[in-house]
Amino acid sequence: MNQIDLGMVDWARAQFALTAMYHWIFVPLTLGLSFLCAFYESLYVRTGKEAWKKIAKFWMTLFGINFAIGVATGIILEFEFGTNWSNYSWMVGDIFGAPLAVEGIVAFFLEATFFAVMFFGWNRVSKGFHLFSTWMVAIGSNLSALWILVANGWMQHPVGMIFNPDTARFEMQNFWEVLFSPVAIAKFTHTTSSSFIVGSLFVITVASWYLLKGRNTEMAKKSILVAAVFGLLSTAYAGLTGDESAYVNASTQPMKLAAYEGLYNGKAKADLVAIGILKGQKAPDDDTDPFLFDIKIPGLLSLLANRDAGSFVPGIKDLVYGNAQEKIVGVKAKMERGRMAVADLAAYKNARKSGDKAGSAMALQKFGVNQDYLGYGYFSQPEESIPPVKLTFYSFHLMVTLGCLFTLFFVVFLYLAYKNSLERHRGLLRLGVVSFFLGLLASQAGWVVAEAGRQPWVIQNYLPVHIGTSNIAAGNVQATFFMFLGLFTLLLLAEVKIMLKQINIGPEEV
Amino acid sequence: MPGYSQNNIFFKWQRTVVRFYLDGFRAMTVGKALWKIILIKLFVMFAILKLFFFSDYLHTNFSTDQQRSDHVLEQITLQSKIQAVEDKK
Repeated sequence: MNQIDLGMVDWARAQFALTAMYHWIFVPLTLGLSFLCAFYESLYVRTGKEAWKKIAKFWMTLFGINFAIGVATGIILEFEFGTNWSNYSWMVGDIFGAPLAVEGIVAFFLEATFFAVMFFGWNRVSKGFHLFSTWMVAIGSNLSALWILVANGWMQHPVGMIFNPDTARFEMQNFWEVLFSPVAIAKFTHTTSSSFIVGSLFVITVASWYLLKGRNTEMAKKSILVAAVFGLLSTAYAGLTGDESAYVNASTQPMKLAAYEGLYNGKAKADLVAIGILKGQKAPDDDTDPFLFDIKIPGLLSLLANRDAGSFVPGIKDLVYGNAQEKIVGVKAKMERGRMAVADLAAYKNARKSGDKAGSAMALQKFGVNQDYLGYGYFSQPEESIPPVKLTFYSFHLMVTLGCLFTLFFVVFLYLAYKNSLERHRGLLRLGVVSFFLGLLASQAGWVVAEAGRQPWVIQNYLPVHIGTSNIAAGNVQATFFMFLGLFTLLLLAEVKIMLKQINIGPEEV
Repeated sequence: MPGYSQNNIFFKWQRTVVRFYLDGFRAMTVGKALWKIILIKLFVMFAILKLFFFSDYLHTNFSTDQQRSDHVLEQITLQSKIQAVEDKK
């Protein structure tokens, strides 16, 4: 089969999205709750009060349930790489090998070793060593995330590498450039800080339920106090890292920035859309207002994107069709260079095969001139470079809106917990019970922005999604899509059931 | 084994670690159900999904890295791939 099956591409994308989104239900809770467990245990060690020990052990049990159910769900993503995304997987193998190997070692030594001490070591190792182990689990879990996010960051902003036309692989030239890529750093800090918020909201959800039921009230109030402080600090941190992400996007993925702001026509002193409803249909070049309704903050987008309120922020139209005045090269011009790169790569391959040394040297030289535009050579129209604008826009605004509300939410909970009057505010406690689900929603929306917003690229500028797939039939992917749907739904139901049972038992039996 | 007795420090350390884990597993309450889920999950993932549905495309269809490179290079320079997108429009 030589022709690509576009149905297969869509199913492979859907399957990857499904798996990643299910996996991401478990991960942020692990990342956030691990630190909260460490805080509670630190308070126990510092004060010597048994109440804090009971609290730490209770949240550790819920952490353990989530960890156990969620562990290895990410491995399925690796299965999919080999089966559905073999071209992509081959091409990035050399880049991803190092970070993922480090992740494996870190995960094994830090998590696996200290995890056992954290759960089995109460009263069997010293207080200090137990606390150290709990902190190591928290740090190890979050460091594991670093390496995955470095790999993801590289796909969004490929640096520290060269493309080897002999092996068809990207080869790492500078590990540190890959590790400290601004996209990877922004991605890691924003992802972990938002996961801390999710962990804090989880504690508030469970504790609010206890307060509404009038059970375990002292434990619930103490838990909320710590979670609200951690959550509040994390929202501030997530705000800063989110700002940094947008700033980095402006230079590395301007199309993504334009999509999540619904900005079609670029402008100087660009406004930030605070609230907006996009029109049903919109062509990138029709010069009509994309919004049915919007509230904008003047100049703020320019300030956030370029740290200059008067600066020009390119819109989708500028990026697709070019803007000579702002010296922006359009996709059409990039497509021409990309097609030359594809043709020169093919010529190099054929000349090498036939033993034509002069021909292969010439083709390689010509390929080198245009190789940075390789991915554009696979487009048939410039508009293919536009990501799904509505999905990206609404996901971004949902994430930001919820993030802002969480700040207010943590302030109120912290104030009332400090004043010891939470139980009198039953409406707020009901909101507290649903807050974890809003946190998960915001976290998932964040990933939709990151991944839908970077379409159509699987590797920015080098490889569009439809070229990265394997030559397999759509039917195969469809079948496994529904298998995963079933498997993950069962796992989720198991987690919810065991978690609810444990919450219902409460800290007494832990 | 010469010099390897039950008084050996390494042996004692090993025994302590094994006992630590065994006692820990025995004392688990929620953990038993979790271990069942983990084992079933890993079995489904590796013994069913990986084995029957998720073979590695390049490792299954090609035997050397050279062949794999050639295949991928062929794929990314294939005009029919680009044409397929144009045909759909």
